[in-house]
Amino acid sequence: MDTRIDYYPTHEYNGFRFRRGRPMPFGATIVPNGVNFSVFSSAATGCTLVLFQKGESKPVVEIPFPEEFRIGSVYCMIVFDLDEERLEYGYRIDGPWEPEHGHRFDRTKILLDPYAKTVGGRDVWLRPPNWDDIYQHRARLVFEDFDWEADTPLEIPMEDLVIYEMHVRGFTQHPLSGVKHRGTYAGIRDKIPYLKSLGVNCVELMPIFEFDEWENGRRHPETGAWLTNYWGYSTLAFFAPKAGFAATGRLGMQVDELKTLVKDLHRNGIEVILDVVFNHTNEGDHRGPTMSFRGLDNKTYYMLTPGGFYYNFSGCGNTLNCNHPVVRNLVLDCLRYWTAEYHVDGFRFDLASILGRDQNGAPLANPPLLESLAYDPVLARSKLIAEAWDAGGLYQVGSFPAYGRWAEWNGKYRDALRRFLKGEMGVAGEMAARIQGSPDVYPYRGPTASVNFVTCHDGFTLSDLVSYNDKHNEANGEYNNDGANDNNSWNHGAEGETDDPEIARLRRRQIKNAVTLLMLSQGVPMLLMGDEFGRTQRGNNNAYCHDNEIAWVDWRLLEQNAELFRYAREVIAFRHAHPVLRRREPFAHADVAASGYPDISFHGTEAWVPDWDGTSRVLAWMLCGKHARVADDYIYVAANAYWDALFFAPPVLPPGMAWHVFANTSMAPPEDIHEVGKEPRLNDGRIMVGPRSLMVLVGR
Amino acid sequence: MTLEIRTADDVAVVMLEGTIDSRTAPALEGQLRDLPAKHAKILISMSAVDFLSSAGLRLLLLLYRQVKSRGGQIALVDVSEDIRDVMSTTGFLQFFTLADTEEHGLAALRAQSA
Repeated sequence: MDTRIDYYPTHEYNGFRFRRGRPMPFGATIVPNGVNFSVFSSAATGCTLVLFQKGESKPVVEIPFPEEFRIGSVYCMIVFDLDEERLEYGYRIDGPWEPEHGHRFDRTKILLDPYAKTVGGRDVWLRPPNWDDIYQHRARLVFEDFDWEADTPLEIPMEDLVIYEMHVRGFTQHPLSGVKHRGTYAGIRDKIPYLKSLGVNCVELMPIFEFDEWENGRRHPETGAWLTNYWGYSTLAFFAPKAGFAATGRLGMQVDELKTLVKDLHRNGIEVILDVVFNHTNEGDHRGPTMSFRGLDNKTYYMLTPGGFYYNFSGCGNTLNCNHPVVRNLVLDCLRYWTAEYHVDGFRFDLASILGRDQNGAPLANPPLLESLAYDPVLARSKLIAEAWDAGGLYQVGSFPAYGRWAEWNGKYRDALRRFLKGEMGVAGEMAARIQGSPDVYPYRGPTASVNFVTCHDGFTLSDLVSYNDKHNEANGEYNNDGANDNNSWNHGAEGETDDPEIARLRRRQIKNAVTLLMLSQGVPMLLMGDEFGRTQRGNNNAYCHDNEIAWVDWRLLEQNAELFRYAREVIAFRHAHPVLRRREPFAHADVAASGYPDISFHGTEAWVPDWDGTSRVLAWMLCGKHARVADDYIYVAANAYWDALFFAPPVLPPGMAWHVFANTSMAPPEDIHEVGKEPRLNDGRIMVGPRSLMVLVGR
Repeated sequence: MTLEIRTADDVAVVMLEGTIDSRTAPALEGQLRDLPAKHAKILISMSAVDFLSSAGLRLLLLLYRQVKSRGGQIALVDVSEDIRDVMSTTGFLQFFTLADTEEHGLAALRAQSA
């Protein structure tokens, strides 16, 4: 017997029994004996619930909401005796077609619920859909009773994270990835032992909110190759996981599969950050399809020009109206849902500066959405990472409204490191700031505000960064016009693949230099998938449209470049072993621990004589272990970006201590790096650092 | 969907046949409801189950939870490769004792202290 006295139908329509529902929560919620449907539209004149039997082309019923079922601007209804597993639902909305006033209602369209928890229609990646279907992306219900056992988000301190950015499909889709279900959540689960052996403790998944991989699909004008929406920075449903990334998507079990992945990653000490795209939707501009938001409440959900067209701060046709109170709540609801329901540990916000614009696009000093996110009770321990710029010209690295919470992708770190690496003059001074966690950029927020990276999905891979002077995006079918031109890359003597062993050796050394600087910098390091073993995109720096070997991780390289993998693994282990590399606070540049040494000191080829000259290509620094959270070793790094070998004199250690050589990138393996704790003792007062090489010493 | 229950010593042996989804699960749940109170050990033969939907998997897990809360044991026998794969991918498999044959399943249940 049901305990509530109001769970009985009051109305009937074509055999379907229903009653007035509850306005909150929005979306479709399973309640005793039925399903509560709730949808918002500020300007609709009527609303119809459209129900389908799963996979059927025609609806089983279309139930108009009786006017008394509207509460404020919310239509809500409980329908009884539905088969939750075989139900698909949508809405038809009545209202004016007055684009000049911002209204684009169209009752001929069946609309996707913005709160849909799963979406059918693209259940299997790139399986040709029925293009004649009147309802392409179908909202479905989910069971929200996953057995998490004792799992919770891990709450690893920000400074202890080593982030690994990956594309769910690209990580294991390669035929030789060795997993059972290639290109899926389950595939990542099979690779957890690999991730652990590498030592990363956080995976950042490129978009996994449901998107349409067929969007903007086209053939390459010359090769005829199929180009697709592979990256997925184009959200269709903010609450639904991408079904095509699930081995069980064909069975509608993507929710359980993804939750199982999160649970297993957590069990192995690995956090999950989602790359979320709230800056625009996949409905495009006024020429785009009406699938959801446009037909539900165009004026609320999108930033519109005075003439009723779409502002395009995203570069993708439209801009989500994030600081409208209703949209703000949608974003909050969404992130809370992923945190509470999927145990996700944090979020990276694509083109986050858009989230700080007002409804006319003007940047806000105190953006309500960003403030709400920072102070939200459910998100209180979640990582919030901003890509602090947008396509409308806003660049806020260092000035993104942070409320003491937000971290940022530090684009300045990437640029400085790349320039230093290729031997540009006069970058040593800036590099000195970057390895400290960029105190010039984050003077009050501290190093944990800085997510440091050399490469990310957007741009060259690390191997390509040292193998190409120029981008090679011909395969994208845009005559090499797309993608960034300003890459700060250098091919070291030959463009692309080469059989010159000298060049190949130099490139490997530069990869090691980059990974070392990244892992030895204060802040939060982020590695791009496959960079630890030399993944290449053949010079393509914008592989958004390639579901092929350009974008997939080729796991054969793990063996071929075992040297690089071993190096990366050891240097990551070194970071984990040394708290002096993982500070929360900026350096004091003073001896606050009374150790006889400042917390950080800079040096040149001579100890205590840094070379800030405009022609300098060297940087050496020492971290005093006595200043770490818990007593640690001393660490000395000598980076020589000059083309000749140079002698460096490391500072003299306190009596009883000695320098040991952890890494020397000019050496061939196994002498290039040593296991933590097994570093050989240095018996000389001076070290020779090879051309374009670096050495890391540990003092104990 | 058909169901047959018999006992082997103190173990309830449940033979399932057909498809378990949202259409068949509620009736099945009704038939299995009293079982955990009567038997501490339950063996479910899956050889004739051709498909388990999300609702079907949840029915099994619900049964597992009920048995477990009473300190009992549950074993699944002769699970097809397909179903086993789906159960593994969606995280359901880890909860159950698995066996190839009824004989092995009974032995596994006996070996575990209730």
